[in-house]
Amino acid sequence: MAKVLMKGNEAIGAAAINAGCRYFFGYPITPQNELPEYMSRELPKVGGVFVQAESEVAAINMVYGAAGSGVRVMTSSSSPGIALKQEGISYIAGAELPAVIVNIVRGGPGLGSIQPSQSDYNQSTRGGGDGDYHLLVYAPANIQEMVDLLQDAFDKADYYRNPVMVMGDGMIGQMMEPVEFKERPEVDLPAKDWAATGTEGKRAPNVINSLFLKPEELEDHNIRLTEKYDIMKNNEQRWETYNMEKPEIICVAYGTTARIVKSAIDTLKGEGIEIGLIRPITVWPFPEKAFVELPESAKMFLSVEMSMGQMIDDIKIVNQGRLPVEFYGRSGGMIPSPDGVVGKIRALLGGAK
Amino acid sequence: MDQKFIFAGFGGQGVMLMGQLITYAGMFEDLEVSWLPSYGPEMRGGTANCSVIVSDREVASPVISYDATTVVAMNLPSMDKFEEEVEKGGKLFVNSSLIERKSVRDDIDVYYIDANDVAVELGNAKAANMVMLGAILEITKVVSPEAVLKALEKIFGTAKAHLIPLNEEALKRGAQLVK
Repeated sequence: MAKVLMKGNEAIGAAAINAGCRYFFGYPITPQNELPEYMSRELPKVGGVFVQAESEVAAINMVYGAAGSGVRVMTSSSSPGIALKQEGISYIAGAELPAVIVNIVRGGPGLGSIQPSQSDYNQSTRGGGDGDYHLLVYAPANIQEMVDLLQDAFDKADYYRNPVMVMGDGMIGQMMEPVEFKERPEVDLPAKDWAATGTEGKRAPNVINSLFLKPEELEDHNIRLTEKYDIMKNNEQRWETYNMEKPEIICVAYGTTARIVKSAIDTLKGEGIEIGLIRPITVWPFPEKAFVELPESAKMFLSVEMSMGQMIDDIKIVNQGRLPVEFYGRSGGMIPSPDGVVGKIRALLGGAK
Repeated sequence: MDQKFIFAGFGGQGVMLMGQLITYAGMFEDLEVSWLPSYGPEMRGGTANCSVIVSDREVASPVISYDATTVVAMNLPSMDKFEEEVEKGGKLFVNSSLIERKSVRDDIDVYYIDANDVAVELGNAKAANMVMLGAILEITKVVSPEAVLKALEKIFGTAKAHLIPLNEEALKRGAQLVK
């Protein structure tokens, strides 16, 4: 199929429908409004259902209900709206249901701003709701990758019976890039024999529930969930590396920030300064496999983020004390410039001599 | 080779469309492209702008930060804000129908285009953006006018197809202004 030029938010909608999503429940918030707008227009054309709920809390509980019936369902919001959805997300994880949640991140805390940010890293990777649970979290860097990952997200959600989050920022939601909707191989997924679809008097009812009053049962449930998360940790790590042959500094950046870092790396390469990049594509699970063997030339890590440094902890965990971990970031809707990153790297190299 | 454009003006001048046309046209010519709009409350009645990158390799950062190869200012607040974002040796296109002052830069090429006046001569003041775009294409050669026309047909669809001859004429007049 030929490339088309699409706004990020609309491309998400097209990718979801391509992946078989037929149900969308949401509530408006900038900078992701083009996505529900697209779904409201396009879902009815394919026999789907779009509901603008009365609140984010209502929307995520509609997702919970639809997911319980076994259909492919999605919701989207931006940071403060995702914060409101955390209770429902925890319930969906607890009841082991597949759903896709899109967060087009804006500045926080609180209502914050409407400009791009990455300050929901902790919220998405640590579990913003209650209890021992994890989401699989994808952080695409361009619209093509977002489309590809969004479609994967539905398969992974079904496979693991777990909510999957796709986290972008205001920039990737608003920008336009060429995108291609590729033919996707059929994925072999288990039958949804757990779904509450009506027994027709032929079987015992399927119960969708996250309440386990007996502590022994809840502990067993938690152990089983953790075993599932361990499998996800082992099998679902994704990352990209860039210029990692003999870097003096290894940058770690995800999403659109990684593109800005790549520009900075290209500029410095022109001056003979070698800087590498590890770009997590999954932020949960964090791609620890990318950090096992490091080039001997590397003197330090530099985390570059559109936040005050929420990813530093994960880098420190996988670094295991081998190298210093430095930080450069902008926040509040300010976007780091390639020049800013170059300046920080120059300062770090000057200090390291 | 990257060409980095900032298009800026007030809401309604068609600055987003100018950017989108170059983005579409670049895609039709198998170049790598990105289009990044400003968004937020400032768009209502205030200034609107978008950043467009056209490149022969993967577009890294879609953000332009004081390294624009071309800035297009359709009104005075836009010129005041973005004049300094042109990189040394870059180009500044000024809509001299609405902007009386001259550029303060002496290290860039500046083109003064009477975009609104020419558009009015053509019979539709709304075509000022296309007059400007014609001049930009002629000078920067970023994409071919043919690809822009194809993009215009794509964006306008059948509903606005009757406006294409006027826009085509505006592109030609804009190009003639700088030939």
